[in-house]
Amino acid sequence: MSDDLIRLSAADLGAKLAAGEVSSVEATRAHLDRIAAVDGAVHAFLHVAGEHALETAAAVDAKRAAGDKLGPLAGVPIAVKDVLVTKGMPSTSGSRILEGWIPPYDATPVTKVREAGLVPLGKTNMDEFAMGSSTEHSAYGPTHNPWDLERIPGGSGGGSAASVAAFEAPLALGSDTGGSIRQPAHVTGTVGVKPTYGAVSRYGSIALASSLDQIGPVTRTVLDAALLHDVIAGHDPLDSTSIPESWPSMAEAVRRADVSGLRIGVIKELDGEGFQAGVRQRFHESLDLLAKQGAEIVEVSAPHFEYSIAAYYLILPAEASSNLAKFDSVRFGLRVTPDGGGTVEQVMAATREAGFGPEVKRRIILGTYALSAGYYDAYYGSAQKVRTLVQRDFDAAFEQVDVLASPTAPTTAFKFGEKLADPLSMYLNDIATIPANLAGVPGISVPAGLAPEDGLPVGIQFLAPAREDARLYNVGGVLEQLLEAEWGGPLLASAPDLSTHELTATEEGAL
Amino acid sequence: MARAELMDFDKALELFEPVIGLEVHVELNTTTKMFSPAPNPANSAYHGAEPNTLVSPVCLGLPGSLPVVNGDAVRSSISLGLALGCSIAPSSRFARKNYFYPDLAKNYQISQYDEPIAFEGSVQVELVNGRVFDVPIERAHMEEDAGKLTHVGGSTGRIQGAEYSLVDYNRAGVPLVEIVTKPIFGAEADAPELAKAYVSTIRDIALSLGISEARMERGNLRCDANVSLRPRGAEQLGIRTETKNVNSFRSIERAVRYEIQRQAAILAKGGSITQETRHWHEDTGTTSPGRPKSDADDYRYFPEPDLLPVVPSAELIEELRAALPEPPAAHRRRLKAEWGFTDLEFQDVANSGLLVELEETVKAGATPAAARKWWTGEIARLANAAGQDAASLVIPEHVAELAQLVDAGTLTDRLARQVLEGVVAGEGSPQQIVDARGLAVVSDDGALIAAIDEALASQPDVLAKIRDGKVQAAGAVIGAVMKAMHGKADAARVRELVLERAQG
Repeated sequence: MSDDLIRLSAADLGAKLAAGEVSSVEATRAHLDRIAAVDGAVHAFLHVAGEHALETAAAVDAKRAAGDKLGPLAGVPIAVKDVLVTKGMPSTSGSRILEGWIPPYDATPVTKVREAGLVPLGKTNMDEFAMGSSTEHSAYGPTHNPWDLERIPGGSGGGSAASVAAFEAPLALGSDTGGSIRQPAHVTGTVGVKPTYGAVSRYGSIALASSLDQIGPVTRTVLDAALLHDVIAGHDPLDSTSIPESWPSMAEAVRRADVSGLRIGVIKELDGEGFQAGVRQRFHESLDLLAKQGAEIVEVSAPHFEYSIAAYYLILPAEASSNLAKFDSVRFGLRVTPDGGGTVEQVMAATREAGFGPEVKRRIILGTYALSAGYYDAYYGSAQKVRTLVQRDFDAAFEQVDVLASPTAPTTAFKFGEKLADPLSMYLNDIATIPANLAGVPGISVPAGLAPEDGLPVGIQFLAPAREDARLYNVGGVLEQLLEAEWGGPLLASAPDLSTHELTATEEGAL
Repeated sequence: MARAELMDFDKALELFEPVIGLEVHVELNTTTKMFSPAPNPANSAYHGAEPNTLVSPVCLGLPGSLPVVNGDAVRSSISLGLALGCSIAPSSRFARKNYFYPDLAKNYQISQYDEPIAFEGSVQVELVNGRVFDVPIERAHMEEDAGKLTHVGGSTGRIQGAEYSLVDYNRAGVPLVEIVTKPIFGAEADAPELAKAYVSTIRDIALSLGISEARMERGNLRCDANVSLRPRGAEQLGIRTETKNVNSFRSIERAVRYEIQRQAAILAKGGSITQETRHWHEDTGTTSPGRPKSDADDYRYFPEPDLLPVVPSAELIEELRAALPEPPAAHRRRLKAEWGFTDLEFQDVANSGLLVELEETVKAGATPAAARKWWTGEIARLANAAGQDAASLVIPEHVAELAQLVDAGTLTDRLARQVLEGVVAGEGSPQQIVDARGLAVVSDDGALIAAIDEALASQPDVLAKIRDGKVQAAGAVIGAVMKAMHGKADAARVRELVLERAQG
């Protein structure tokens, strides 16, 4: 029974809850049991709020019993990326510098999922301050890919993706600054969506790069992503960059999915050199399937995408260097006092030296340099110009096609340590996902199969014009149906059984 | 600290031309802060709150929090910009000014950098001698205030030598408009007075717009004065100093004068001026060096990505323009006519920077003559003695109340002066002090007559003189009666009664 519950999609679990076939407490307990069973091996969670989750679940059950009108996801458990602040739950953003900090308020997306009756299970692991593509930069140890525990789960949101892939939660919240939702989805065989910039409030999301960050759903099915998207999207007066207009239902877009006549543009620059053969193979097979359903596949060019990474690695560190300045020990978080005391400047310096990991320091230094007088125009200024050119590439492409497509990332999951010594090759892993963040357009990664050469998951990415997120759910929904028909079920059904990885007492202590 | 050598002011003016530039920060009195829903301590409703009680996640810079622009603060800033004769930018942008300091919660200040909301204006400032000066305005931009540090354990209250410091974030995020003048040439010997008169004019404007409490002693209005000298005939500007912490009108004038004399002494000896921030010391009337300031200060400004550009509609700008009060110069002309003051009387008030106080006092029920008498007389005297601005000692409503108590005969001028001292000491309103101290004039004739009869009986010789028609002899009796009444009697009434009783 418990094993059945954890394998249900959020939509199906929501339906069973609504029908009274199962209670939220039972569903929540099943997921907490699963976490206890496998998270010692996966390490998707930094904090499990078991008791709190069961109380929340009981409250939802009580509301249902009282006849309250509840949404389709009421009572369904959800994992929350540690980048989002949660009242009463530790929120570290994967950093030592925030260890033990309990925020006094909820991020807006967390408030919205609570209001929709979802049950937060806990906080998921991530690269420190969302800087990374592997979770190896988490201050609390990496998350392991449920498909192969020796490999990375993607990053920065590896914890959210792995929790969903390992059936520890049917849904998770992620954040995507340059691919942190989509790339983990790609390497874990899950679905990840970066909504249009401004679709979901950033209030309470510990900022990495304010002009690039976007909160989005991490799920196992396209419909689940759409249902969660519908919960978290919408204007928030606390975030000036959130879009004031209302949104159509994404879930409706999935239910009415139809690609006949849809023009899909294959981005020439993201379909060749540097991309693994099996990744490209699954990508083109997916396009062929869509073509058979009446989609029109055309090749388009985005000539400035090749400069995206260079621009991104100036804009992101510049904004991050400023956003992370507040971590100074004065009001919250870690405080390190030098031996024998010190001035406030010395305490700030000692705290930041001890509290930030190497990747964070690298980017703070890069960003500080890029914003410095005399370098601003050459670095930050030029990067903003490239950003405009990338946006124009999108504009031109969307004049020809309805959506764009590419592999989500160049390779399948790599092994731990493989790219740690070479930051540049780690950065290159985000080549296909970064342009969407620079332009503020939405993107989705949907499982496209397993690469024949290593048997690891591969994702396909679709991109749509800003505010046309529904198009992603349409094409993603159709593709998912077609592929699952071919596979005879969801891709994750073929993932290794993790039940042999019981959580031992020592591992529990390490949680 | 060695006292700096000063050159005689007139001598300094002979050798050098002073060039001044003024930066005035105006705290807006909006209900909430610039970027957060926390109450604004620069609004008098929240003034004096306990430390760290007027805060939200935004002004504490908590992780995840985001700023949202206060629309009222934008409207106030536009009104101020318009009143300064500035153009209003159809689109302006916020920027982050990055530096680490514990009173700055985010370790960056949200300000405006290359795209201020208002720019290129001019303000008419009138000097004591009647000279009207056009002060050119470079820009006015919106920003947030920092918190406040209290250094504990040191002897001076300064950071040097302190054991620890306390931070109050109530002020963090208070909306500010920073008004920056262009370099002001040609003021010559009037430069110190012009600096003072300019800030006074800004205060008048802010008060007439109702956008700030504009009380210097509370920091609602703060002035940094830039001063440089160049030798007579030179083209190139001299190196400037920026004097901070100048928080009264008097100090502005004194600080500019001091800097002119100090710099002249250095330059005349062939020395050079260090470009730096200097601190004004009210007690010694001197400035001392702060941190060196150079144009290369690197604040790593960049556009604030959490906020959208501010794009006021043309309709809004015109609506605010139409609602502007009279410009100060026109306003003065009207007041002078309404109050019926002579040129000299009016100038006396205007030059003391007390026009607004007088106007408020008249509004609160005093006659213009009485209002002028109190503000330029006793209050000015007390202010002078205390080394403070008159406006900071007492509020116009209390002055009006005092004047009305005198008019009604409840207080004599002498009693009123005592009451005023109580008001300045913070004992309450005039009426409250009259009640508490029992200071009201004794208008009960019965009590007066008893005292008079007693005095006459004890001074039979005086009584005889009065009866002989030597009325001036009554003075001795009046004095005795006033003494017996502890001064709480109307001397004129006592005189009348003494003459009456003496004849009786």
